[in-house]
Amino acid sequence: MASLAQAKENSTFAKIGMILLYLALIIVAVFQLYPLVWLFMFSLKSNSEVFGLSPFALPQEPQWENYVRVWTQGNIDMYFFNSVWITLVSVLLTVLLASFVTFAITRMRWKFSKLVLALFMIGYMVPIHSAIIPLFDFYLKLDLIDNPLSIILSYVAFNLPLTIMILLGFYYTLPREVEEAAVVDGCSVHRIFFQITLPMTTPVLATTAIINMIYNWNEFIFVNTFISSDHLKTLTVGIQNFIGQYLTDWGAIGATLVISIIPILIAFLVLSDKIVEGIAAGSVKG
Amino acid sequence: MNKVMSNKVVIALYTLPALILILALIYGPILLTGYYGLMDWNGIGAMTFIGLDNYVELVQDSKFWESALHSFLLAIFSTLSLAIYLIISLILAGKIKGSNLLRKIYLIPMLLSSVAIAQLWIKIYDPNNGMLNSLLQTLGVENPPAWLADPNLVLYAIFVAILWQYAGFYIIIYYAALKGLPESLIEAAKIDGATPIQIAYKIKVPLIAGVIKVTIVLAIVGSLKYFDLIYVMTGGGPNGASEVIASYMYKKAFGIYDFGYGSAIAFFLLLITLVVTWLTRKLTASEDEIQY
Repeated sequence: MASLAQAKENSTFAKIGMILLYLALIIVAVFQLYPLVWLFMFSLKSNSEVFGLSPFALPQEPQWENYVRVWTQGNIDMYFFNSVWITLVSVLLTVLLASFVTFAITRMRWKFSKLVLALFMIGYMVPIHSAIIPLFDFYLKLDLIDNPLSIILSYVAFNLPLTIMILLGFYYTLPREVEEAAVVDGCSVHRIFFQITLPMTTPVLATTAIINMIYNWNEFIFVNTFISSDHLKTLTVGIQNFIGQYLTDWGAIGATLVISIIPILIAFLVLSDKIVEGIAAGSVKG
Repeated sequence: MNKVMSNKVVIALYTLPALILILALIYGPILLTGYYGLMDWNGIGAMTFIGLDNYVELVQDSKFWESALHSFLLAIFSTLSLAIYLIISLILAGKIKGSNLLRKIYLIPMLLSSVAIAQLWIKIYDPNNGMLNSLLQTLGVENPPAWLADPNLVLYAIFVAILWQYAGFYIIIYYAALKGLPESLIEAAKIDGATPIQIAYKIKVPLIAGVIKVTIVLAIVGSLKYFDLIYVMTGGGPNGASEVIASYMYKKAFGIYDFGYGSAIAFFLLLITLVVTWLTRKLTASEDEIQY
């Protein structure tokens, strides 16, 4: 009898324990999510609401014109499109060049493949800040300062190591029979790469593309250092400018920040599994 | 097979573009950083060789050591916070319904730019209209502090934003490692009457020790490189109270155009990054738990 009562007690404890665990997890979730909800709320407020009412109050009458205003008058549309095309071009170049290298390293036979791989892997450890002064000087000499090319080249170079790292894992597990058969049939290397290998790597290409997209979209220090003309700036640096001018206009600042994070959130909703996979795979990136 | 797949022209065509990019934009610059560190140079005019003067100045520069101290403090906080992430991951990797959704919610801040995060947290910490102080006032705290303007609090305030940004990243890594553990081992321990806490502490954590060591490198190296968030949130202020190595370097180089001294700081940053990475790599040399 006593043991039965004890077992019952134990299961009650287990239940309470479980509830406490869930509670802890939910508190963390609220801590992670609520600041963004709060941001969205103040992006829809007027200044009188921000300064006159509680920060936790819902917007009385959603001020969607905050968004229209920053998009049309604050140059946010311009920064946004710069971010879009610079990100797209950099991602395409990085993924393509990294695929070439990974193919050559895993599929082709040559003397220095290990050394070349090591160069990419070590390149992964180098902090951007330790390269930025000579890079600035280099682009200055090539007349590429205040030219989007300096940004794109830097993005590609600094993201190649991580991209190759993620691709490598996939290439090693990929069966080679089809490629070998193609060689026997007299296929050229280019046809094998473009028509057989590259299409087979689509899942991992998606992972690397989304991870690259996030890094490039959010990048700050290269644009802040190499670009001086306003019409060439991307969102991260552009919103800095904008906020400098509209310091007390909370609604405008909120709307700008929401616009800058929306593409990432959409990508996340559609491709969250790929993002999680890419982050777990490239976890050595600091 | 051999002939086609060892065609030197194709190999050069496939590897050289990427190789030239990293040699010209990563390896060249880091070597030049060390070299420029030996120069008196304003970035535009002529360079004058001054030997180790910049490095001697660095050793004696109290502002530099103050920012280095802040970087190391952030590294220590970040390393300690790994314990929290590990506990959350241990709970999450148990039999929890909705763990997939929770994990994704935790990750969202990590996907945002440091600039957006910095701007958002400036608003959260706003002394008059911010979320935090309103909450504190509702709870009865009179005169809550002006977080980012208070030299004694600013570093901690920034650290909370860093915690918010990176939590999901580390949780995802730990979760993946914990889910990769063999089920049979844990079942056996359960049959032997081990409690969940014993299983977590004595079996699961030791088994993912390799991954934990890797995350320690990530946390330390990442902290030593912090820049964007602090540069935007406080600019290193008030009065240097939140200055870190990278922001101090950036100010010297691109703020007052002392490229020689900036390079010396940047080279120092590279050296400690490599030493820390190498040291912890050495500690994890025999382990191979993390896939990359």
